[in-house]
Amino acid sequence: MQRFLKVMLLLGIIFSLLIFPLQAAGTIKIGAIFPITGPIATFGISSANGVKMAFEEVNAKGGVLGSKIELILEDDQYKAEEVANAAKKLIERDKVVAILGEVASSMSLVLAPICQASKVVMITPTSTNPRVTLVGDYIFRACFIDDFQGTVMANFVYKTLKLKTSAILVAVTSDYSKGLAQFYKEAYTKLGGKIVVEESYSEGDSDFRAQLTKIKAAKPEFVYLPGYYSDIGPILLQARELGITVPFGGGDGWDSPKLLETAGKAAEGCYFSNHYSPESKDLKVQTFVKNYKKKFGETPDALAALSYDAAMLLVEAIKRAGSSESSKIRDALVSFTKDKPFRGVTGSIYFDQNRNPIKSAVIIEIKGGKQVYKATVKP
Amino acid sequence: MKRNYLLLILIIIFLVYLGRLARGLNPYFYQILVFWGINSILAMSLNLINGFAGQFSIGHAGFMAVGGYFSSALSVYHGERFISLLNFLPLNIAQIVVFFVFLLLGGLFSAILGLIVGIPTLRLKGDYLAIATLGFGEIVRVTILNLDIVGGPRGFPGIPQRTDLSWVIFWFIICLLVIRNIIFSSHGRAIISIREDEIASETMGINTTFYKVLAFIIGAFFAGIAGGLFAHYLMMLHPSSFTFFRSVEILLMIVLGGMGSITGSILGAFILTVLPEALRGFTYLRLVIYSIILIGIMLLRPQGIMGGKEFSPLIIKKIYARVKENENTRSK
Repeated sequence: MQRFLKVMLLLGIIFSLLIFPLQAAGTIKIGAIFPITGPIATFGISSANGVKMAFEEVNAKGGVLGSKIELILEDDQYKAEEVANAAKKLIERDKVVAILGEVASSMSLVLAPICQASKVVMITPTSTNPRVTLVGDYIFRACFIDDFQGTVMANFVYKTLKLKTSAILVAVTSDYSKGLAQFYKEAYTKLGGKIVVEESYSEGDSDFRAQLTKIKAAKPEFVYLPGYYSDIGPILLQARELGITVPFGGGDGWDSPKLLETAGKAAEGCYFSNHYSPESKDLKVQTFVKNYKKKFGETPDALAALSYDAAMLLVEAIKRAGSSESSKIRDALVSFTKDKPFRGVTGSIYFDQNRNPIKSAVIIEIKGGKQVYKATVKP
Repeated sequence: MKRNYLLLILIIIFLVYLGRLARGLNPYFYQILVFWGINSILAMSLNLINGFAGQFSIGHAGFMAVGGYFSSALSVYHGERFISLLNFLPLNIAQIVVFFVFLLLGGLFSAILGLIVGIPTLRLKGDYLAIATLGFGEIVRVTILNLDIVGGPRGFPGIPQRTDLSWVIFWFIICLLVIRNIIFSSHGRAIISIREDEIASETMGINTTFYKVLAFIIGAFFAGIAGGLFAHYLMMLHPSSFTFFRSVEILLMIVLGGMGSITGSILGAFILTVLPEALRGFTYLRLVIYSIILIGIMLLRPQGIMGGKEFSPLIIKKIYARVKENENTRSK
């Protein structure tokens, strides 16, 4: 019986924690929901770091509208029910004015209806699925959607590289890959370029020689290969083996140190579009990279940069609104225009009618076994 | 006997009505109550298999996923059509009827899979059964990942929100009553005898395979129902909700609450639903503290909090009687 009482005592202590939350007065509360543990924890931690750094900088400068920002960070373990719980807790108990998150589109699709129903502003730093912001007028994102990258690459290949014929090799099993390829094709042909051959593969295939032989026969000047880095490596190796020497290119799925490891020399001279490059000469980027390195001891990836921007965007909107009311923040967010955009690390941002940002992308070249900043492409 | 049933129906109606009233509650607590109810259904149904029949199954997330995805797919692709078929009813009643039928179909589909999986695998014992059910759970998850019609790895959005606390309370009571009535019937005695000694019970003329499969099917059915409630509450399903860890979590609820105790399952579900929420303040250390507390409870109560016993209002009566008796003897 005594043991039973001990257990009950233990539980009692825990529940009392639930009832008495620690709160500071006179602050603007902003919630963040990221997968800090679980299968995509590295994404969650990068994003959380970006947000934390942003708010620390703002608070060091005296906060916004005279009050400090209080960040309430929640972990969701990359589980739908945890996202729902965290969101309800932030909105109903902590009374946050806005929520930053989630990383993955699938989880943002759980979060968005909850925020929309409570009319709380939500900015997802990295969810690219177009459906996320279509949930309602309180849902924003800080990254461009997949389709945009295809257009950017087409412009770059046709205008900057001046290559007039191109082949496409697409992963049919991936929506991401199909979306990029489709928009690349549309933009490229509109500019006057010619798609000489279109081939496809399935994610996880190991032999691509059949498709590559056909591509070689068509003699394109450029091969567009939107996919994830795990497939890109073997494809590039086999292409070089078959004697295809023209450059390849893709989207942000290429952004991984693993690609350079697996493909090695085969990846030389290839290009891909990305959200930002830590090597950009822009002063804003350089300060961000320097501060981030000092604080966390590593080079910030695109997730950290995007979540930093999402947090700063929110602060800027609060400033513009002159109020920390959710509805006013929302109005301020849509009031950014082409002439008066928000200037962030990942480029200037303003929103279209579906609350997707219109912003620039960077093109990165693989040179000497490294990712080298090549150009910034405006929309 | 007839009066008893009437009383029962009245109690159910009252509790379901209570769920309606709870809408005024803080939505955060309301949501925790909903998840507690759903987790209780999962824990009770797994307890029938693991705690009462003594079969070590760890594929419960698989059944939950099957029921959830099946009923959601029906809601998304056929919901509107069925609701318009019932246009002679008021809209909200039509929705209730359609949702009830879809949930039931989800549960039944899950039960059928339980039957298909159960017949061959329940010949296995102990560890082997655990591995087979684990395999089943993974097969379900990987299949869903590759099914484009339910979104695959991108998740399945756009499920209408139909579940509220009333629905959860309703199914909670049904699950509680069904499992309680099985346990205290001759069928239940047969199921428990399999746990105690399978060879002995077979010698006594009990069809052990039949009862094991029966427990398995009923467990799978309620897991499917719980999955449907879960899906129609969150409005979005993702395979990451149904990993092996989900099965372990449900197993944890019954081990923590007490194997072979219905009230224990409900208590275990309560702890595993509320504890992670109570620890939200710790952010990075949250799961570490959570695990330490679980280890602490298991060290203090290795048999589970209820330890195979049931808590019922009758116990209070008994204790009260005993106290009174003591007083009487003392006064003498």
